[in-house]
Amino acid sequence: MNIDALTVASTRIAVREKQTTAKALVDAFYLKIEAEDPAIGAYLTLSKERAYRQAAHVDELADRGDDLPPLAGVPIAVKDVFTTKDVRTTAGSRMLENFIAPYDATVVTRMEEAGAIILGKTNCDEFAMGSSNENSGFHPVHNPRDLTRVPGGSSGGSAAVVAAGTAVASIGSDTGGSIRQPAAFCGVVGLMPTYGRLSRYGLIAFASSLDHPGPFAKTVKDAAILLEVMAGRDPMDSTTADIPVPKYAEHIGQPVEGMKIGVPLEYFEGGLDTDVRAAVELGLHELSKAGAEIVPLSLPHTAYSIPTYYVIATAEASSNLARYDGVRYGLRSTEGKTLSEMYRRTRDAGFGAEVKRRIMLGTYVLSAGYYDAYYLKAQRVRSLLARDFDEAFAKVDVLVTPTTPTPAFKLGEKTDDPLAMYLADIFTVTADLVGIPGISIPCGKSKQGLPIGMQILGKHFDEATVLRVAHVAEHALVSRVE
Amino acid sequence: MVSDKDVSYVAELANLELTAQEHARMLKDLNSILGYIDRLSELDTANVEPMAQVASRYADPAKSRDEADGFRYALRADELRPSLPREEAMKNAPVTDGTFFKVPKVIER
Repeated sequence: MNIDALTVASTRIAVREKQTTAKALVDAFYLKIEAEDPAIGAYLTLSKERAYRQAAHVDELADRGDDLPPLAGVPIAVKDVFTTKDVRTTAGSRMLENFIAPYDATVVTRMEEAGAIILGKTNCDEFAMGSSNENSGFHPVHNPRDLTRVPGGSSGGSAAVVAAGTAVASIGSDTGGSIRQPAAFCGVVGLMPTYGRLSRYGLIAFASSLDHPGPFAKTVKDAAILLEVMAGRDPMDSTTADIPVPKYAEHIGQPVEGMKIGVPLEYFEGGLDTDVRAAVELGLHELSKAGAEIVPLSLPHTAYSIPTYYVIATAEASSNLARYDGVRYGLRSTEGKTLSEMYRRTRDAGFGAEVKRRIMLGTYVLSAGYYDAYYLKAQRVRSLLARDFDEAFAKVDVLVTPTTPTPAFKLGEKTDDPLAMYLADIFTVTADLVGIPGISIPCGKSKQGLPIGMQILGKHFDEATVLRVAHVAEHALVSRVE
Repeated sequence: MVSDKDVSYVAELANLELTAQEHARMLKDLNSILGYIDRLSELDTANVEPMAQVASRYADPAKSRDEADGFRYALRADELRPSLPREEAMKNAPVTDGTFFKVPKVIER
């Protein structure tokens, strides 16, 4: 069996029709991982025992001739910021190098209950803070499309395994673009659902009002299937919404004729790479040919999204990461003689440079005398950004933009300049701040052969329309991507 | 502008100990990032409500944005439920006597 061609949908059929067994798939994927992952560095931990146990369970269902669950036998990978019982969860940090969580994240539970097989945990920027995966406390990830380039971040490992075919699909998290940006860089599909659509229970917190779990996949249809499995109210996360989960996969395939697609002018200005512009314009042209009406419009506060994001995200992070103090779990330094010395030595040894930078920035903007000027100000601008989108969505069904201003950059290219790195997320952060869903799909290649991503943003809880537009674009652009 | 003193003060608030090299780098990076963040002051936000979370923008489709209760999902019945057994919770403790977390002496710095 050619495992490179497997999708979520075709894997389940192959297992059901006895073209293969779940166990044979797991064997084949681990062989491929052992051969190919050392050059990529996408996996931090392989969960073989758990994977074979689940494979045996799926094969038993198939042997009995039961109707198989939607993800039966699908080998997936999980970003290492989601807790997995009895399997190490590091968040890409030395602080949690030996941390074994006592419970599973809700999205992990739901994937497994639907028959998915977890092959392992994927590398990421430390505590999901980064845009290149170079902030991993362990080692960077190399982009499978060009090993000299970054896979994007922070879910770089989860994007890379799908691109490399070392998993059929994966789970990531998006706080400022951490699903969509690496999806664009690696040439795969990455979906950030509406805030409140998926549970954050068991997602190690970075910025709680911005953290979104979501899937990576090879196709839009696969992303729809995965979303359907993971979505919905969870009593363990009080921010999950009690809104019915549509049959997303069934919306796939409907036409876009008569739909209105907004194109925000601010996303096509200034430093946009010419290849990226050309590829996204071609994508828009295809959607227009398919019968959608293209509506140019303005999101006037776009230039303020990165400053707003780096105040709010770091403020929340400084609070969330206060828990890593060497007392209850994680690293403890043996050097400190007093409690407060122990705290400081532990945090100094356990956190990397970017995490310290964000804790410092977040602590600063929340500190006495600066709270109003920075934190409260950013929260007010967040309202203005939300209004921009309210006004846009009064006129159009979805928005289409580039996912990133450039294709994947070289390893080491931006590591000395944090601000330059932050600007890699300029087209993705606003959706996190406003809580709307967004997807990145491959829409072409640069002259150097690097993948380019097109972003489709939708209204709150309207993933169905986002997926529908994405699916039409995906099929129209298939020849540009391969 | 962030000063040397500010960096030391904030590091203390955040329970971080910075080496001299880290301190110098932090001073440079914070000033560069805050310089960029300062563009927020271009906007007049006097009559704009702060937005701490997004739930109020979708929680109650039937109500207007201003009336929607962003915390309508936050309440649950106050019932006893099983919690993590102590031995499970203590498994990751760096130092424990089996019942409590052990820490170094707590004295004033």
